[in-house]
Amino acid sequence: MKPPAFDYLRAESVGDVLEGLAQRGGDARVLAGGQSLMAMLNMRLAKPKLLIDIMRIRELRQIERKGDAVVIGAGVRQADLLAWPDLAETLPLVALALPWVGHMQTRSRGTICGSLAHADPSAEMPLALVALGGEVLLRNTRRRRRVVAKDFFAGMMLTARADDELIEGISLPVVKGARVAFREVARRHGDFAIVACAAMKIPTGVRLAVGGVADVPTASDWPQLEGSALDDALNTFAYELGARDDVHASARYRRDLVRMIGRDLIGEVLQ
Amino acid sequence: MTRLKAEQRHAVRFTLNGKPVEGEAEPRMLLSDFLRHQLGATGTHVGCEHGVCGACTIVVDGMLTRSCLSLAVQVDGCELKTVEGLAPSADRLGVLQQALRRNHALQCGFCTAGILMSLDHYLAKNPAPTEAEIRDLLSGHICRCTGYTPIIRAALDAAAELASSSKETSDA
Repeated sequence: MKPPAFDYLRAESVGDVLEGLAQRGGDARVLAGGQSLMAMLNMRLAKPKLLIDIMRIRELRQIERKGDAVVIGAGVRQADLLAWPDLAETLPLVALALPWVGHMQTRSRGTICGSLAHADPSAEMPLALVALGGEVLLRNTRRRRRVVAKDFFAGMMLTARADDELIEGISLPVVKGARVAFREVARRHGDFAIVACAAMKIPTGVRLAVGGVADVPTASDWPQLEGSALDDALNTFAYELGARDDVHASARYRRDLVRMIGRDLIGEVLQ
Repeated sequence: MTRLKAEQRHAVRFTLNGKPVEGEAEPRMLLSDFLRHQLGATGTHVGCEHGVCGACTIVVDGMLTRSCLSLAVQVDGCELKTVEGLAPSADRLGVLQQALRRNHALQCGFCTAGILMSLDHYLAKNPAPTEAEIRDLLSGHICRCTGYTPIIRAALDAAAELASSSKETSDA
């Protein structure tokens, strides 16, 4: 289990990264914390010709409050964001979900944006991005563009990022006094989620987002439902996610979890 | 900007347990392999090689790090701490190491180096941990011998001993 051969570029600026991506496109991969990509390399599921290390670029290491959003740079590690003093107040959902990402020993290195780039369907940060309706900030040598969360995830480990684009950061909206809830079921704490759910009270009712079931984290907005109407909505949603059987859990168990956890979390945020 | 060619070996220098070291590595060489094969520092063990088992955990620039998910060329200029740096001298064990021994917290010992690094790093920052916190920390390691209970006991034991010894120092 050793990585294939690649050139290694230690970028000192965003310009270095963009140039490397422009030259090598799909043969280049951006290396941030390495907690997903290095495992993919060791297992030879990825075979890039060039790795571009972005972790020595200071401007990508920032967490910034910009108006009613928080912008998190590509070099911000999961542990950095967990230690950010404003996290619980500005991004309470992220504060709930982040301790479920991997283990302390991987959060110390792994980045927020790296987890989004990897786009594992059961990962917590993609789920939080979709639940919050955040945006991914992409950039190549010619232009910058912003992609909303639901358009960013294109499939299992597939995103809307073009080969020559760097995820420069993400922007997450700050919702004042947001009522949020998060729960996850996994074999062990730190394992990938069998089902992870996030709920948030929104002006028109409630939003439930689910990871670990469909190919991409999926959110659904509902008016304030109660009783059997809520049960029906949850049941329909659970089926629409298209759960499949795998070695970790059956499709039926996953649907059960969506219905049960969904109901609990909606109750929590609407209380 | 530094660009290192795939097929060449490149000089890598860093500080290992307080001492400057250097060697040569192709870009694809894992840090775990560099430590063991280039530097002969075989205290760091290699288990799963994809970041799951925790055996290769070390500390890089104050961050717990899976050395199998790092490249040797990435840590050029960094400060590394491995299990070889825990004992106060070659013939003595540190407080944490003694606690693991006393509590039968290892059998085959394969996972121990990584667990020691996580616990050493954590206890330095959190001198009075709860059992739940230690369990959460240990979720990042796999041990197939002990069932974890003696490791948790050893960690709490070491924390208590470190707390009382630091009190004595402050009184002196």
